[in-house]
Parts: sequence; structure tokens; C-alpha cells
Amino acid sequence: MIAAPAYLTPFAGLLCAIVLYAVAGVIAGVLRGGALRIVYPVAIVAALIAIACDLAALMSQGDFAHVLPIGLPGTGLRLRLDTLSAFFGLIVNIGVLAAAIYGLGLDPAHDLSGRIEPFFAIFVAAMNAVLIADDAFAFLFFWEVMSLMSWALVVANHESPENRKAGQVYLLMAAIGTAALLFAFGGLAGTAGGYSFEAMRAAAKTPLVSTLVLTAVLIGAGSKAGIAPLHAWLPLAHPAAPSHVSALMSGVMTKVAIYGLIRVVFDLLGAPVWWWALPFLLLGAATAVLGLLYAVLDGDLKRVLAYSTVENIGIIFVALGMALAFKAEGLNAAAAVALAAALLHAINHSWFKSLLFLGAGAVLHATGRRDLDGLGGLIHTMPKTAALFLAGTMSICALPPFNGFISEWLLFQSVLAGPGFPEPVLRFLSPAVGAMLALAAALAAACFVRAFGIVFLGRARSPAASAAHEAPRVQIAAMGLLAALCLFGGLFASALVALIEPLLVKFAGVALPGAGTGPTPFALVAFDPKRATYDALTIGIFLIVSGTLTTLVVHRISNRRTRRGPAWDCGFPNASPITQYSGSSFSQPLRRVYGAFAFGARDNVDMPAPGDMRAAHFSVTMRDPVWQCLHAAPARAVFGLARRLNRFQFLTIRSYLVFMFSALIVLLLVAAVWF
Amino acid sequence: MFAAYDIAHLLAGLMLVTGFAMLYQDRISAVLTTFAVQAILLSCAVAWQAVAQNRPHLFITAALALGLKGLVIPYALRRMVLKLGMHREVEQVVGVAKAFILGLCLTALSFMLVLRVTVKADVFTREGLAMALAIILIALLMMITRRNAVTQIVGFMSLENGLILAATGARGMPLVVEVSVAFSVLIALFVFGVFVFRIRERFDSVDIEALDQVRGDQR
Repeated sequence: MIAAPAYLTPFAGLLCAIVLYAVAGVIAGVLRGGALRIVYPVAIVAALIAIACDLAALMSQGDFAHVLPIGLPGTGLRLRLDTLSAFFGLIVNIGVLAAAIYGLGLDPAHDLSGRIEPFFAIFVAAMNAVLIADDAFAFLFFWEVMSLMSWALVVANHESPENRKAGQVYLLMAAIGTAALLFAFGGLAGTAGGYSFEAMRAAAKTPLVSTLVLTAVLIGAGSKAGIAPLHAWLPLAHPAAPSHVSALMSGVMTKVAIYGLIRVVFDLLGAPVWWWALPFLLLGAATAVLGLLYAVLDGDLKRVLAYSTVENIGIIFVALGMALAFKAEGLNAAAAVALAAALLHAINHSWFKSLLFLGAGAVLHATGRRDLDGLGGLIHTMPKTAALFLAGTMSICALPPFNGFISEWLLFQSVLAGPGFPEPVLRFLSPAVGAMLALAAALAAACFVRAFGIVFLGRARSPAASAAHEAPRVQIAAMGLLAALCLFGGLFASALVALIEPLLVKFAGVALPGAGTGPTPFALVAFDPKRATYDALTIGIFLIVSGTLTTLVVHRISNRRTRRGPAWDCGFPNASPITQYSGSSFSQPLRRVYGAFAFGARDNVDMPAPGDMRAAHFSVTMRDPVWQCLHAAPARAVFGLARRLNRFQFLTIRSYLVFMFSALIVLLLVAAVWF
Repeated sequence: MFAAYDIAHLLAGLMLVTGFAMLYQDRISAVLTTFAVQAILLSCAVAWQAVAQNRPHLFITAALALGLKGLVIPYALRRMVLKLGMHREVEQVVGVAKAFILGLCLTALSFMLVLRVTVKADVFTREGLAMALAIILIALLMMITRRNAVTQIVGFMSLENGLILAATGARGMPLVVEVSVAFSVLIALFVFGVFVFRIRERFDSVDIEALDQVRGDQR
């Protein structure tokens, strides 16, 4: 065996991958034409290199710090690849791999070619660079590049006014978020002003500074991740982008934000205090339930997925909050379980959400529609997409044997350890948060039964849906890769837990307490095998075997032949597809229960009196309280103020002189009174 | 030494009085004459400072004030006014009584402020500074109570008189600064003059309200 040369470190490999991404983007952007075709193949190669390097760094627990002689004069570009960066790098690059494979199947003649590829490549390069930034300047710089490039992708289809609005809101929120992060890093650097992460870690922080930094980073990274009430941009922007970019934004970019949060709160901010967990727990639980309420009531497939991203970010927030609380209270074992739940949910969500967005993209491409009530019956025309989408929905609903179950199981295990808190507030709060999560889990099931059922089952609700065609083979392959990862993550969860062990040791102090003590090597144990274990492989094999057997037996005793007959029409012949159960009818009970309270939903029924020939009308009005309070109201205030100030534009020269004179006099008076 | 105070204060006080006089003159030619008197008083004040502080270079400043502000600028402005044929024009925006009361308030304010702020400074400069500030404020007041471009120029120049008085009263302003200020005032006069003639050409009036139409704004 030949020994690898010393410079061939994972860091060097990752840097090469980033440069490959960026160069491909720049070349495609400058040359255009045929050069656009190189982006996705190059991105696949770079993603494979980067995945290998991240895995190597994670398994060797390496910590590679380098200063490149570019960037700020005097300091250069400080970069560091540690286990946290490597883990999130893995999330990013697996997502990029799938999105790039999917991108190969896009028709270069259509699909907004030329407006996507250059930005796509630089976007993924920037996300990788954010993860390995080792000072505030590099972090913020690449963070902004990431935001700007994703903005360009959101407005790629700028002909639609909806997308332009989404782009505007996104840009605004990104600017606010970055400004907040700037303050967070300023607070961390303190008066000494050391902007490298090394110096921030060492700097002493007063409680006030810590609180301010926590607030700022929750606004900055939280708004990018989509935590309520700063989530309003996300369901506008993520669906507006082309589908494989939506997959990246929802599945991957939100994780980069989570990375920023973990980096600041767990790493740079020093030892936690118990009440730091409160915003995470409260906001997280509220976000999880609210996100799904939005999702279950929305009628647009991609927006449903985006809202579900908001929900999953809420779950990750709760897990991080539990980890913080346990760590602050000295319960390291429980902190490790909660942190494992957060990290695993981050990677799991990136897989199944990317899968679902790619599936939605295939549906959108095949039918040109993303409104639930225009789709239906696609399982006949797109069977492979339907099967893969089903795998994604099973993962996101946390059904075993898929991976979604693993992280939620770990999270509930940590919530069950909540009574161990010495702090009474946390002791009372953790079961409440657990109950909210249970509600969210139930709503998630309802939401995705609805999404899958309305889109793929029943009969086509529009001519476009009945004329659908299966997605190209590479796109099926991209979705297949993600579905396989979801299944793999579910069956071999213990391997993933082993992978993140160094992270748990680093941030929670100990590894998962029960690791390796289960009855089989593949069993996942949170605390103690006597308390609870989840033997994924055994359960998975049992499910598969029993499912297959049941199918065989049912087919044996029933008629084997598949017949296709007319749908039962309840005695009304020639029923139109419109009479089917629709997306809004499915969500109507939930709207009745929660809608009036959360969104002020009102059903307006206009039923003509008997004998009146007028058509009856039914409509639902809903208000988004977050949008009303946090976006519409300040916008109105600003516009009103601007209109009032506008009058000063049209004064006479003498009035301006009077203003200046009075200002001078007022200042002189103030000075006279002051001294 | 006390005579030094008295004479300096007398001259500054006279300048303040001419400032008030300018505030209520409603004929342009009278305003110009008063301005010339104020400039001559300024040159006397500066010359007295040169003697009292034993800083001979202040004589140059005094000569500049006398030559430029006492003679050249009033002469140029008078010619401008005669050429425009408005030496008999009467214009006043705020009534005399109101302008006077405002002027008195401003004087009180400047004394109150300067005497309080400069407790540690030597007495020689304190009251001189207060009067200079009062002259500046009254000149500003004049600029906003007048609507004729020529009287606005006079207001500006009078403001500059106050500045020079303050600067020479307080020690330490170098000659170069004074000279450059004097020349910039001259240049300002040229610019103003060109503008006034342009305004006249275009609008048949030197009322600055006419300028508002040029901006294309609706009021």
C-alpha cells in the first residue's frame, strides 16, 4: 500500500471541491451556452470528493486549521475543518449530489437554463465555505454569498409577480438576518475585537453580552432556518425556486443556518445557562405546530413542503433546546441523547425533504401544476415517482423502518428524561413541549397523507394531470438515491450514531450512554437497554417479511388478477373528478378545529333561498397573524411615515433656511440649558 | 487693560446695533449702507484687537475687511441694485416689531450660552464672543426674513462679519485662514451676482420664491 502524501488531507480535498464548484459556476456564468452543461457533472464530481473528505474528517476526528493568504489584508482567510463542519458538510454535499443528479435530467432547452446553473454552483460552494469559515469575516462573507446566490435562484423565474415578491421578502429577511449575525459576532468579539473564532471562544462574556448574542443569533440564524415568527419568507421563497434548488434550500441551506446556531451557542458562547433553552423550546414547539397547521391547510404542493420544513426546523430547535438545558444542568447523558436527536434530525430531514421536493419537481414538470386540486391519479402515470415520494412521506411522518423515526424517537427519549431536571421551570416545560411535538407528529401524518393521497391517488382533477408522464431516468435515480439513504438511515441508525459520536463527546461531554449495549449490534439504545431500545434492522426485517407475507396471502386467497373497473359512483353516474375528495375537504376538519383560533379562518357560505336561481358560493378567508403583525404592519407604518415625510421634499428655499435656523437655535438652547 | 475691553466691547456692540438696524431697514439701498457701516466697524474692531493683543498681522485682516467688505462689496452690490432698478424697492416678510423681538431673544440666547459655556476663558474674549454670536444669529434671521436675493447676500456677508469678529477676538486663528475666508467671500459675491442676474433675466424678478418654480415641484 502506498502511503498518502502529507498534503493530501481531507481539508485539501474539500478545498479542491469548493474551488471546483466555484470555477464551474464562474465558467458557466461567463461563457454560457455549452458551458452551462458542465455545471451538473462537475458538481457531481465535486460533491463526491467533498463527501469523501467530510467522511474522512469525521471518522478520523481531524481538526484542520489553515490560513489562506487571500481575503482581508493582514489576517488572510482563516478556515478550519473540524468534526462539526464535516458533519454538516456531509449534509450539504449529499444534498448537492442528489440535486445535481436531478439537474442532469433537466431539459437544457427549457427549465430557465442559464439562469440557474452558474448560481447553483456558486451557491453550493458558498454553503461549503460557510461551514469551514473560522472567523466572523469569512463566515459572514460566505453567508452573504449564499444568501445572494439563493436569491438569484428564487427569482430565476422572475416573470411571475409572485416570485418577484418572494425574492423581495427573502432579500429583506436575509439582510435583517445578516445584520443580526453581525451584532452577534460583534458581541462575541467583545471590546478586544478578536474576530477569529479562536479569540471569541477565549473571550470573557458577561451575562448581558451572552443574552444579547443569543438574541441576535436566534434572529440571524433563526430567520434563515425559518423559525417562527421569522418564517414568513420561507414558504414564499423556497417554492419559487426551481425544484432541485428548492430541495437544496429547504433540505440543506436551513441546515447551514442550524450549523451557525450550534457553532455560536454550543461552541463560541461558552458554558450554557439553563434559561438559554427557553427560547429554543418555546419557539421550537410553537414553530413545529404552527408550521404544520400552515402546511395542512395550504393547497400548493411545494408550499406544503416548505411549511413542513418550518415544522422540522421547530423539531430541531426543540432538540437543541433540550440539549442546552440538559448540558446546563449537568445531565450530560441526556444532553447527548438530545443533541444526537438534533443532529440526526438535521441529516434525516435533509434527505427526505430533498426527496420530497425532487418528487414535487417531477410532478410539476410532468403536469405543469403544483396546486393540489389540479392533480390526482398520478400513481398510474408516474408509478416510480409515486413510490419514491411515498418513501419520503413515510420518512417525514416518522414511520419505521425509515429514518424519520430514529431522530424523533431519540427526541422523545430525551423529553422523557425531562423530569430529571433540577430546575422546576424546565421540569414543567419539557412534558408540555413533548405534548406539542406529539401534536405536530400527528399533524404531520395528516398533512402527508393528504399530500400523497390528493396528488397521486384518486382520479386526475385536470387534463394536465391525466396527461402526465414519468420523470427522466436520472431524476428517478436522484430520488432513488435519497430514498435509499432514508431507508439506510432507518435500518442502520446505530452506524450514523457512531459517526456523530465525536460531536456528542465534544459538545455534550459524553457519547450516547447506551451505545453498543443493545441486544443486537444494530439496536439503538438511548439510555439503558432495560428502559428502551429500538432495534431498527430487526423491526425493519419483520415489517418487510410480514408485509410481503400478508400481501402474498391476500393475493392467494383473493382473485389474483388486477382488474380495473369504473370507480364506485355512489349511485350518481358520470361523476366529474371535481366531486372527489379534495385537498381542502381533507383539511376541513382541522381547519374547523385550529383554523379559527390560529388564522381567524371563516367559512363564508352564500346559500340562495329556495326558488332563487342564483349559484351558491362557498369561500374560506384566512389571515396569517405573523404576516399581519410582523410584515404588513411595519410596512404600512413605514409607508405612512414616508408619505408624511415626503412633504418636506416640496418646501420653499426660505422654509429650508427656517428649518436649519430653528435647528441651530434648538441646539444652542439645549447647550445653554445643559451647561 | 480695561480700556482694551471697553473699546473692543464698544465696537462689537456697535456692530450688533448695525445688525439690528439691518433687520428693520426696508429699503435695499439703506440695507447696503448699514452693511458698509458694519464692515467699517468690523475693520476698526479687528484693528483694535491687533493693537490690544499686539498681533500686527491682524492689521492685514482689518485692511481686508475695510477694503473688501466696507468698500468693494457694498459698491458692487449698489451697482447691481441700480442696474436692476430696484433701489427703491421695499420688501419685508416679517414685521419690524416681530423681527426686533426675535433679534433680542437671539441676543439674549447667545449671551446666556456663551457666558455660561466659556466660564474658564479669559474675560476679554467672553463677551466679544457672545456679541459675535449674536451678530451671526441676527444675520441668519435676516436671511430668513428677507425674500430678495440681494438682501440675502447682505445677510450672508453680515454673518461672515460676525465670524471674523469671533475669530479675531479669540486668539490663534492663523492669517492664512483669514485671508482665504476673505477671498472666498469675494468669490461668493461673484457667484451670487451671476445668479442674481440670471434669476432676473429668467423671471423678471429677484424674488427667490420664483426659484421654487424651477424645481418643477408642486406645492
